[in-house]
Amino acid sequence: MKPAAYALAPTAGERLLRNAVVVYIWLLVAVPLVALVRVGLADGLQSLTHALSSPVARAALWLTLWTSTLVALLNAVLGTASAWVLVRYKLPGRALVSALIDLPLAIPTLVAGMMIAVLYGPLTLVGHALELWGMPIMFARPGIVLALLFVTLPFVIRAVEPVLMEIDPAEEEAARILGAGPLRTFQTVFLPAIGPAALSAAIRSLGRALGEFGSIVIVAGNIPLRTLTAPVYIFGEIESGTPRAAAAVCVLLLVLALALHGLASFIERRIGARHA
Amino acid sequence: MRIRVENLCKRFGSFAAVDDVSFEVEDGSLVALLGPSGSGKSTLLRILAGLESADSGKVWFDDESATDLHARMRGVGFVFQHYALFRHLTVAQNIGFGLDVRGVSKAAIRKKVNELLSLTGLTGLDQRFPSQLSGGQRQRVALARALAPEPKLLLLDEPFGAVDAKVREELRQWIRRLHDEVGVTSIFVTHDQEEAFAVSDRVIVVHRGRIEQNGTPMEILDNPESEFVARFVGEVNVFPATVRGQTAHSGALEARLRDSAPSGLAHLVIRSYDLKLWREDPGVATVQRVVTFGDRVRVQALVDGAGPIIAQFPRRSSLLKNIEPGCRVQIEVTTARAYPAEASSLYPLAATAT
Amino acid sequence: MLERASGAVAARAASSERASSAEAQPTHLRWAHLQPIGRAALVGLVCLYLGAILIGPLAALGVELAHVGIPAALHALAQPDAISALKMSIELTAISVVVNTVVGTLGALAIVRQRFFGRAVVNALADLPLAISPVMIGLAFVLLLGRDGWLSPLIDRIGLKVVFSFPGLVIATLFVALPYTLREVVYVLEEIGTNEEEAAATLGASAWQIFWRVTLPNIRFGLGYGVLMALARSLGEFGAVLVLGGSISGQTQTATTFIHDAIEERQTAGAYGMAVVLALSSVLLLLGLEWAKRHKKVR
Repeated sequence: MKPAAYALAPTAGERLLRNAVVVYIWLLVAVPLVALVRVGLADGLQSLTHALSSPVARAALWLTLWTSTLVALLNAVLGTASAWVLVRYKLPGRALVSALIDLPLAIPTLVAGMMIAVLYGPLTLVGHALELWGMPIMFARPGIVLALLFVTLPFVIRAVEPVLMEIDPAEEEAARILGAGPLRTFQTVFLPAIGPAALSAAIRSLGRALGEFGSIVIVAGNIPLRTLTAPVYIFGEIESGTPRAAAAVCVLLLVLALALHGLASFIERRIGARHA
Repeated sequence: MRIRVENLCKRFGSFAAVDDVSFEVEDGSLVALLGPSGSGKSTLLRILAGLESADSGKVWFDDESATDLHARMRGVGFVFQHYALFRHLTVAQNIGFGLDVRGVSKAAIRKKVNELLSLTGLTGLDQRFPSQLSGGQRQRVALARALAPEPKLLLLDEPFGAVDAKVREELRQWIRRLHDEVGVTSIFVTHDQEEAFAVSDRVIVVHRGRIEQNGTPMEILDNPESEFVARFVGEVNVFPATVRGQTAHSGALEARLRDSAPSGLAHLVIRSYDLKLWREDPGVATVQRVVTFGDRVRVQALVDGAGPIIAQFPRRSSLLKNIEPGCRVQIEVTTARAYPAEASSLYPLAATAT
Repeated sequence: MLERASGAVAARAASSERASSAEAQPTHLRWAHLQPIGRAALVGLVCLYLGAILIGPLAALGVELAHVGIPAALHALAQPDAISALKMSIELTAISVVVNTVVGTLGALAIVRQRFFGRAVVNALADLPLAISPVMIGLAFVLLLGRDGWLSPLIDRIGLKVVFSFPGLVIATLFVALPYTLREVVYVLEEIGTNEEEAAATLGASAWQIFWRVTLPNIRFGLGYGVLMALARSLGEFGAVLVLGGSISGQTQTATTFIHDAIEERQTAGAYGMAVVLALSSVLLLLGLEWAKRHKKVR
């Protein structure tokens, strides 16, 4: 990054405003997180082993981990496919769908949960049919996956779209003329370009899914050992007046979230992209 | 306004962008800062405008120190390489900006803007936005905007760099005329020697943050003071040579030097139009190619024991008679210069005559 | 990166040509008849995915509202609890949007245009709320400001009550919406560069004039986009305001926690009514976002 030009060097007033904002951001973001880590690790690593000794907590963490990972993988594949179809095929209604893709960013996750619940609840045709097939959605694990897919929907699509649009059509044509089939063309022309973008976006969707709360409360409820995810478990602990016990689990999730955030940012910096 | 620059230095990290530079610019003259990219000429211009601070050294505007003056207070007009027009303002608002921020009355601004619109041939475009203009038009708006507050000094950073060749030629002549009309002291940066010589009163050749030579276009063409200037300006041939007194030898080539050089190993620099060549057997060289473009002919030949050489002639030159690829020729060097080889080890011989 | 990719393409494609010329048919001919099927399958898959995840649920909410009945929903929304929850959400959103617009603009200007100690750290901190679960945010503030919290002696002395009261809600909302304006403005500032601002400086404009006449007009669409995102996020925040506010009806209940409580109490009409109010405002916001997105592209 180029250093700021001398003529635009900050005046005393600008430096004062900058310091105020810097202090504000430190107080608002860093201080509470430090408090959280301090309490969570009050007894060192023992706090963590203690927190994980509860089978309910272990099951909640495990549930959150595998559903989120599954959602990230599905996002990587289906999100890329969606971006592909939206960018390359001129289908009717494309503009409307494209605009709706951002809806999960704008809609409260609680309402998102309700939307899933309404469509897949036992009272609708869809929900009823699925239940008859032995796959209930509501208050069950598939519901968690569906809710997480909804709230993370835009991540991969919005990251892959601009990259796809920027690929020079001549590259694809060159590959085709040289005799590469569609799969080979995708592998050599598209994958190197959209791969990193899709990967970082999938990592972000994983981080987002790990922390999702609002939609899951509605869709999955809080049945211990079955549908209780880590964030809902933490909330339950706070509700029942033991926030310090929740803090240790929080620290685990926090470390994971920060690591994923750092990894995604690293990839984005490498490819010069930005996240949704 | 007269400009004086004394011992200016500017480093970016360990890179010396401007290295102990001093020069003067006469009131009302048009000066070119000529140099390859990365030579520090743009940094120099930005320091003059107050956009960059110098690490040391002084800048004087008419015997008043401008070294610590803020860009806002310098009264310098600056034309950016990519124009930097305010994209949300119309042409008229762009041109009037410098007057508006100074609190000049609306009527006075309108008058000045109209004056500049007609001066720059932009009449009728005043309500357009920059995105609706061609490259040449944007350049004119940028210039009109810089001129509006009546600056005492006009600085232009690669003013012809971002337009295509034909427009560039027009703009060049236009800027020269405009300068003669307005009479404001102007300095512009360019990497194109032709541009520098075509437009300016004086040319300052900059290389690696230092001034290589400061003179009129004729002085620089006829009397390059360093090997860099000799090689940067015009099409040249360079040979490793041995100098004795006024004569230099390189393979079969012999050249009388314009100025005496210290005896020993040297780089011999010969302009492509400073040679004569005619058919003669055995001669000293074999013709490889003869290329005609416009009213010039370029002959490429291989000099025995020295390497390829390029010579240029007017198309009708009688010397060209019978010259064809494969024939042997004799070469006479009319003007040549030699520079000590140690000092010029910076310039590898491989990248010579083009 | 594209250049590198294209080089690789050329090289690999060339080798594939050599390989396939030995075979009877080039690959693209062998696969040609399968292409329409593959394309249809891909389109079908994407339609199914977007239908099941996005469009289906959205439509279902509309159908369900018709089912519950709009009059019933409106009636439920006219109850004092619902009105005060909605008012609370609007107040919080207004505060958060105003503060975050100022902080986002100033913070982005500082991060992009100034050089100071700890700049990278501040930049990273401002991004963190995106990565952290709302429940964690709520807990962090409870542990900091609540009973037995780190700063509770200080807070008690001032006589301020943060947890389960309005200030707690404000802090939670400010936290979650912090990154949106800041990040958008950072991005636009980096994109437009400093040349226009420098030009304004040489034309005699002061720092104040440069900001209002050059910088702000240049970032306005990016800022607008960020503000709308911050608005959406503030309005929709649930986890953090639930933990910090406790959803006390008539006091710290917001629109989202109202829905949560209504569902728990099986007050379907109220829950759907409020959900549709929020969903409609997100659709409006979405239109605004689309508009801002179209304009914010530099050039």
